[in-house]
Amino acid sequence: MRKYELIFIVRTDVPEEDVEKLLTQLQGVVTTAGGKIEKAEKMGRRRLAYRVRRQREGLYLLLVFEGSGDMVKELERRLKVADPVIKFMTVRTDEELKRAEKMKAARVRQESKKRRPKPAAPPAIFPAEAEAAQA
Amino acid sequence: MATTRNTGASGERPARREGGSGSGGRKQYFRRRKVCKFCEEKIDVVDYKEVRLMEQFVSERGKILPRRLTGTCSPHQHLLTAAIKRARNIALLPFASEM
Repeated sequence: MRKYELIFIVRTDVPEEDVEKLLTQLQGVVTTAGGKIEKAEKMGRRRLAYRVRRQREGLYLLLVFEGSGDMVKELERRLKVADPVIKFMTVRTDEELKRAEKMKAARVRQESKKRRPKPAAPPAIFPAEAEAAQA
Repeated sequence: MATTRNTGASGERPARREGGSGSGGRKQYFRRRKVCKFCEEKIDVVDYKEVRLMEQFVSERGKILPRRLTGTCSPHQHLLTAAIKRARNIALLPFASEM
């Protein structure tokens, strides 16, 4: 099972129900094929950075799921034929997340290594000051 | 001469560099040492959906800024570049913006 993020943009002039319908329909594609939906949300209206199909604005939607490449194929086929959709992109994220976890673990290890010798160190840095405080 | 902007965080020492290219290089000035923003803030994943973050690393024209200007470390610059390119594909960032 791989993790994917499907982000797509629909035109802003389509009714709310149609958008909802499309989103549930796509979720159905994933679940019937044995995938798992992790997140399905509207990211909201946003100005596009450049014009797409003569549109300057769009409604961004995000679908995060676990599944296979065949699901991606089917989802993208549906998005391609869906009228209100002006742009879509699928990104595989499981490998990136794994790498990020590794980096985080390495950092934690390094920090704990750094912290250990510290308790003994502070008094030694300013011996003169310590002496003055004692006097 | 002490016009440094040291924010007090450890490791943010201002590096001293020679001004000019040697010809009239008497003038010395201090420049704040550049540190990788991603390392500082411990960001492991550069998400292509975070436009606010990525905007800081592209020029007005929409070009990706080089590491030498932003101080980003090599591994993070790689992640950042990939994220910006993804964002461009989904119209979150411009490929080229008019000025």
